[in-house]
Amino acid sequence: MSLIRKTAAELGSLIAGGEVSAVEVAEAHLDRMAEVEPKVQAFLHVDRETTLDQARAVDARLRAGERLGPLAGVPIAHKDIFTTHDMPTTAASKILEGWRPPYDATVTARLRAAGLVILGKTNLDEFAMGSSTENSAYHTTHNPWDLTKVPGGSSGGSSAAVAAYEAPLSTGTDTGGSIRQPAAVTGIVGMKPTYGGSSRYGLIAFASSLDTPGPFARNVLDAALLHEAFSGYDPMDSTSIDAPVPSVVEAARTPDVAGLRIGVVKEFAGEGYQAGVLARYHEAVQLLESLGAKVVEVSCPSFTTALPAYYLIAPSECSSNLARFDAMRYGLRAGDDGTRSAEEVMALTRAAGFGPEVKRRIMLGTYALSSGYYDAYYGQAQKVRTVISREFEAAYQQVDVLVSPTTPTTAFAIGERADDPVAMYLADLCTIPSNLAGNAAISVPCGLADEDGLPVGLQIMAPVLADDRCYRVGAAVEQALESRWGGGLLSKAPEL
Amino acid sequence: MSAITRDEVAHLARLSRLALTGDELDHYATQLDAIIEAVAKVTEVAAEDVPPSSHALPLTNVFRADEVRQSLTPDQALSGAPAVEDDRFRVPRILGEEA
Amino acid sequence: MTAGTLMPYDEALERFEPVLGLETHVELGTKSKMFCGCKTTFGAPPNTQVCPTCLALPGSLPVANAAAIESTIRIGLALNCSIAEWCRFARKNYFYPDMPKNYQISQYDEPLCFDGYLDVEIEGQTVRIGIERVHLEEDTGKSTHVGGATGRIQGADYSIVDYNRAGIPLVEIVTKPIPGTDRLAPEVAKAYVTELREIMRSLGVSDVRMEEGSLRCDVNVSLMPRGSSEWGTRTETKNVNSLRSVERSVRSEIERQAGVLAEGGKIIQETRHFHEDTGTTTSGRSKEEAQDYRYFPEPDLVPIAPDTAWVAELKAALPELPSVRRKRLQAEWGLSDLDMQAMYNADAIDLVEATVTAGAPAADARKWWMGELARRANETATPLADLPITPGQIARVTELVASGALNDKLAREVLEGVLAGEGTPDEVVERRGLRIVNDEGELSAIIDQVLADNADAAEKVRSGKIAAAGALVGGVMRASKGKADAARARQLILEKLGVSE
Repeated sequence: MSLIRKTAAELGSLIAGGEVSAVEVAEAHLDRMAEVEPKVQAFLHVDRETTLDQARAVDARLRAGERLGPLAGVPIAHKDIFTTHDMPTTAASKILEGWRPPYDATVTARLRAAGLVILGKTNLDEFAMGSSTENSAYHTTHNPWDLTKVPGGSSGGSSAAVAAYEAPLSTGTDTGGSIRQPAAVTGIVGMKPTYGGSSRYGLIAFASSLDTPGPFARNVLDAALLHEAFSGYDPMDSTSIDAPVPSVVEAARTPDVAGLRIGVVKEFAGEGYQAGVLARYHEAVQLLESLGAKVVEVSCPSFTTALPAYYLIAPSECSSNLARFDAMRYGLRAGDDGTRSAEEVMALTRAAGFGPEVKRRIMLGTYALSSGYYDAYYGQAQKVRTVISREFEAAYQQVDVLVSPTTPTTAFAIGERADDPVAMYLADLCTIPSNLAGNAAISVPCGLADEDGLPVGLQIMAPVLADDRCYRVGAAVEQALESRWGGGLLSKAPEL
Repeated sequence: MSAITRDEVAHLARLSRLALTGDELDHYATQLDAIIEAVAKVTEVAAEDVPPSSHALPLTNVFRADEVRQSLTPDQALSGAPAVEDDRFRVPRILGEEA
Repeated sequence: MTAGTLMPYDEALERFEPVLGLETHVELGTKSKMFCGCKTTFGAPPNTQVCPTCLALPGSLPVANAAAIESTIRIGLALNCSIAEWCRFARKNYFYPDMPKNYQISQYDEPLCFDGYLDVEIEGQTVRIGIERVHLEEDTGKSTHVGGATGRIQGADYSIVDYNRAGIPLVEIVTKPIPGTDRLAPEVAKAYVTELREIMRSLGVSDVRMEEGSLRCDVNVSLMPRGSSEWGTRTETKNVNSLRSVERSVRSEIERQAGVLAEGGKIIQETRHFHEDTGTTTSGRSKEEAQDYRYFPEPDLVPIAPDTAWVAELKAALPELPSVRRKRLQAEWGLSDLDMQAMYNADAIDLVEATVTAGAPAADARKWWMGELARRANETATPLADLPITPGQIARVTELVASGALNDKLAREVLEGVLAGEGTPDEVVERRGLRIVNDEGELSAIIDQVLADNADAAEKVRSGKIAAAGALVGGVMRASKGKADAARARQLILEKLGVSE
């Protein structure tokens, strides 16, 4: 089997065993990228030499006997929202075009420390605002299953890169579903760790109280290995949890759900859900039952208000987080003709540098925080957030994990929702509650929808710091389905 | 009745430092109106006695010791600056008050 | 706006009653900044004390400085405040080029300390100033305005910004409105800021140097017509950079507002700037629209919940507060209220105390600091504490006087030498040869010469007019260049002339 079809775990052991070098593995992936990027367009920035330099350095470290983790030498596609000192970081925005950060994000630094080789920076919706990557200021990424469809978003470049075998692993960030939703619609695994379980330092902020870095992979074990490689306490992030990372790798190796109590969220089904999505979802639930899990229906009535609460909280925080892009210290400066004031240059730069969705959210957030509206909107949304957290807590009294479809529909067509923000926001309907409550949640592939033959994701949600449960249940589903399918879901994907 | 007027959108654009054209204001007024109508659903949740959550998790008292760490060099600090003069960030003339 | 006529202060006070409010910002003297590990050294080369966090580079995050939190709580306790059991930082959103994030991390409706008071003494009476809140925030960078005639912001072509100061911890102390100060309003304002500065010093939390901006004051003033109970519109005067300016700005703003009101005008709620040179305030740019800071809880920082036992420990460990200490020292030194007040005003109490600690009698220590040295400080417009002489050196001089090695005149010369950088008191005595002449032979020779040169005066004394001896003693002192012991010289003169007192 060619190197690009191998799992990250396999590549890691081949490299560790000296059977193949990190450089060879990186070259194989760079070649694949050269071949399919014109179609997929998952990356914003690729620099072959920088990548090969990293690979050579890892090979040298291994030769020198340095003990690196299980992913040493494995290539990774890195979402272009994490700062990297040796590559541009743009958050897919014109306002940061060409910006070279003088520092590495904690996630970046940990990837390097673990010996992962960064292949390039992947595309995203500008500042992670979107569900399709169509909001990238540079280009739209295409879903490898059907190039006319979106790869999800905001981490659509990362999901597409992994689904297209350009990289065995990638990083993402999940604010309202930006890892799980793209994972679901590209047929791969995507995990949102517990909020505070992975560091936000160096992650360009969209919504601080929601943003969570997490892994993408083609299988549950690889996702867990990557999760373990970059997660854990970071004193540079005040909201980071000072506790050991849950034993996610061990859980991913324990595909056993016997006796586990699984709650089916009643509110996440029915009207607005694609029939093929619901069919695969119900099969997955039956499968879990057949594997010995106890399945019960759980009602979380306020989950239906999570979406509106999210679209107040996230824009409010973003309106403030994005104020720093003002043409003074870095990034684009527009309209500075020597006569205009700083105020005018700021406003012209921000108008020129931000795309429509970013502007919409900045204005919406500014509105929600304004005096006179704060209590009715931002304040009320925070109360709804409390109500949702309490419903999760109550549900977890009854069950160990909750499940739902990851998304109401499969990948939609490029352009289909571009002019209808409210329709676009529905893509995150099922994923948002876990962000509001800070819970862990994963999406694993559970088949293809009959109508369109596109991937469907099963979402498994677990309490704070019970990330291991997501992997355990995910691994069980994966094992059972793959034995039924005779391979991974991606083996059914069309050749690019 | 619309949830937000064009004038309010113009005010929001000024507060957010976004120089929008008249056409853009019209466009965003329509879209923001639809979005606000959709998100106004939160106001229907009975939550008078519920405390608001500003954070995902109930952490408190996270501090760092008062220790000096390495700063950037001026070259690094100024590396992304649109304009530099005398090791300082050069910016257009500032209206407004003396700080 | 029309310039308006100022109303003379006395007239203004006859017709209006002032209400004061003070917002004081104190830069804490922590080693590192509020939310990052950059140094806080004043006057460092531009942009050498900056990092991703205080430059607001994309992706950076704040982590709160524990020492700053502790200092703020100690300040609150010293100001008799309650300490919040749980509170949060909040973002204050507004765009300004010297504020890197375009929001300031501050506190909004949940200050760390609230509801306290500070007593100040004015003309023998105690005025209790209510403290509304004490909260923690971060400082901004510093802009230099280039081009234009004045170097000021108006008319500048562009600005250049140094972010070294951005993110230095800043404690904001806000008073409740202060009515009832009447004509003493300017003095009360000054006394309040002075006392606040003393407290900061005693706590050791800040160097509180107004000239370096580590203590900054915004002064709010409003007037209400006598007999009215409805407060007027207030203005907020910024750029008040010395204690004297605090007093002058209040006075000038009272005179200005009274003038506007007397002409039937209206006071606009606005920010005004104080000018040291003219002693007056001018209007800041009136804002196009009301500021809407869109405060919301800072999601990048978690709430602060100070442990009650820890707060109690901090309270128990507070140093003796300046007002208490002053009362104690006044009693120990046996001073009148007036003398003590004079020392306080001259910023001499710490120096005198240190001199006493170094071994000098209190009266002598006070005499030097409030006399010769205060005069020198005044002449050179130097703060007393910044004179190049130490309390230990003053103590040594008093010791030399007490031992008879120096008289007062010589002692003054020694001080002059020390101030001129000629070395320690002993070195100055040595180099300038200032020791008293107590060699009897040498003194006797000088006296003989003086008696010979002043035969008339000598004769008068001999004939019983002892009062004439004063002139002879003067002659001896002149001849010895002040180094003779005047009392001994007088004794010897009378002896030689065969008379006794």
